[in-house]
Amino acid sequence: MTGIAIVFLMLAIVLVWGGFVASTLFLIRRPDLVSFPPGGEDDHREDEAPVERDT
Amino acid sequence: MSEAKVGDVTERPREQWTGQVGFILAAIGSAVGLGNIWRFPGVAYENGGGAFLIPYLVALITAGIPILFLDYAIGHRFRGSAPAALRRLGGKWLEGLGWFQVMVAFVIGLYYTAVIAWALSYFVFSFDLRWGDDPATFLTADYLRVGEPGLSLEFVPSVLIPLVLVWVVTLVVLGAGVAKGVQRANVIFLPLLVVAFLVLVVRALFLDGAADGLNALFTPDWQALGDPNVWIAAYSQIFFSLSIAFGIMITYASYRKRRANLTTPGLVVAFANSSFEILAGIGVFATLGFFAFQQGIAIDELEGLTGVGLSFITFPAIVSQMPGGPIFGALFFGSLTMAGFTSLLSVLQVVSAGFQEKFGLTARQAAIRVGGVSAILSVLLFSTTTGLLALDVADQWANNIGIVASAVIMTVLVLWVLRKGSELRYHLNAVSTFKVGRLWIALVGGLAPVVLGYMLISRIVTLTVEGYADLPAWYLVLIGWGTILVVVVGAALLTLLRWRADPMRFSAWPPYPPSAAPSSSPPRSTTGGSTGGAS
Repeated sequence: MTGIAIVFLMLAIVLVWGGFVASTLFLIRRPDLVSFPPGGEDDHREDEAPVERDT
Repeated sequence: MSEAKVGDVTERPREQWTGQVGFILAAIGSAVGLGNIWRFPGVAYENGGGAFLIPYLVALITAGIPILFLDYAIGHRFRGSAPAALRRLGGKWLEGLGWFQVMVAFVIGLYYTAVIAWALSYFVFSFDLRWGDDPATFLTADYLRVGEPGLSLEFVPSVLIPLVLVWVVTLVVLGAGVAKGVQRANVIFLPLLVVAFLVLVVRALFLDGAADGLNALFTPDWQALGDPNVWIAAYSQIFFSLSIAFGIMITYASYRKRRANLTTPGLVVAFANSSFEILAGIGVFATLGFFAFQQGIAIDELEGLTGVGLSFITFPAIVSQMPGGPIFGALFFGSLTMAGFTSLLSVLQVVSAGFQEKFGLTARQAAIRVGGVSAILSVLLFSTTTGLLALDVADQWANNIGIVASAVIMTVLVLWVLRKGSELRYHLNAVSTFKVGRLWIALVGGLAPVVLGYMLISRIVTLTVEGYADLPAWYLVLIGWGTILVVVVGAALLTLLRWRADPMRFSAWPPYPPSAAPSSSPPRSTTGGSTGGAS
């Protein structure tokens, strides 16, 4: 490969893959906010939730 | 579970991803599609090589990521498929835009399946190099049996069988729901895709002529940076690659819990998508370098460097000449199938979610009813001798006009007309660890509609004045503009139909403006919870 092509190959890898690594590390360090506004609690039910019917 | 609900007040708790990683894998699976493999390498090569990196990164940061955040904010704040979320954001007109997005996804789903069926066939063909010495003739004459432009009901069994298979698998996954279906499929296929493609790239790097291929891709042509078309090519590559602005990311974000980090996972998804594009560029051009070396010509003399031509004509020809070709072919077409499949799931989830919410269907009911209709239409249109032409034309119009128009209309309505920029920015920042500034509003409300509007208008002019692919004008009107007409009419009709449960029985969390409503109790009224409805 020519020098200039190698430089740009490296540049693409550093900037784009570097962006991926950096954003992943940022996410691992700060996966979620510590405090949220009040409310917004979900009752987490996995996947298909039960159908509720009027009685 | 198959029972319809009674009344209009009961609501089920929303389906959810099992967590942050599940969501990220599904979102990457959606973004990484056929375009990453067959479009990016050729586009980068033709638009400045190494120098393309500059407009590409600028487009990613100024338009791709900001619009991705806009989709996330809308879907997550208003917790619904595109029609439901946009209805809650801005009323009936915006619901119409949501259905426009659903209809575009519906149309794309019809033909995207066919391409995956081709890739699946070629995966099988790889093992005995069935395309022989002339892959171009094999594709059009032997495999697809392409006829004259028109509408035919002459089925091609070699396409019909894999197409039906792809539909069956897809509908089973969609019917299993978000966590047990879509997420699980992504958790399996995305890592498998990455491993298969990495093996392929490493193999390609050791081929004779690989260095020449990489030279061709990465040597910068600085003059390209002065050409506005190169910048437009970068914006359009980023735009189409990220699956933004036609409901997918709105839908996917709506399945996150309320207290969920949005922007930081968004950055991971966006950079992962681009990382895969760079990887594909390296793999594809190393392989093309080998092909040129074998033929004793330069890379710039090769033809078929993007799209269907690259995948189904050029690559088979290369595989035939390569030691260990069948394995290389299986890796390539296997990767293409998996990348396409995970994207297809996201496209069809947009349709499924839209119908589930408006008509009170379960995931399974939506998969059988709406998916069944899609499957039948898809088979009728694309497994016949006229399938390839119809697919090519429908794709041109659905993507370049449908999706781009959706993006322009959405950004203009949400940011300019309804002025929801501050509320959505507040929402992103209230739940996310990566904060967005006012610049975000300027980018999605200012730069994005201008660049995308230019792309839209110039494409409409080109398609109207010059036509497309030398096809007869009546055919372009029927299949091309006909596609847009179907989308618009379908969107209007679906907007007018009655909701099974009132979508406006909903309060967005967190309240905006924040000071006006110091909430003490969770705004759970919307999700019904265990209290059910009126009895």
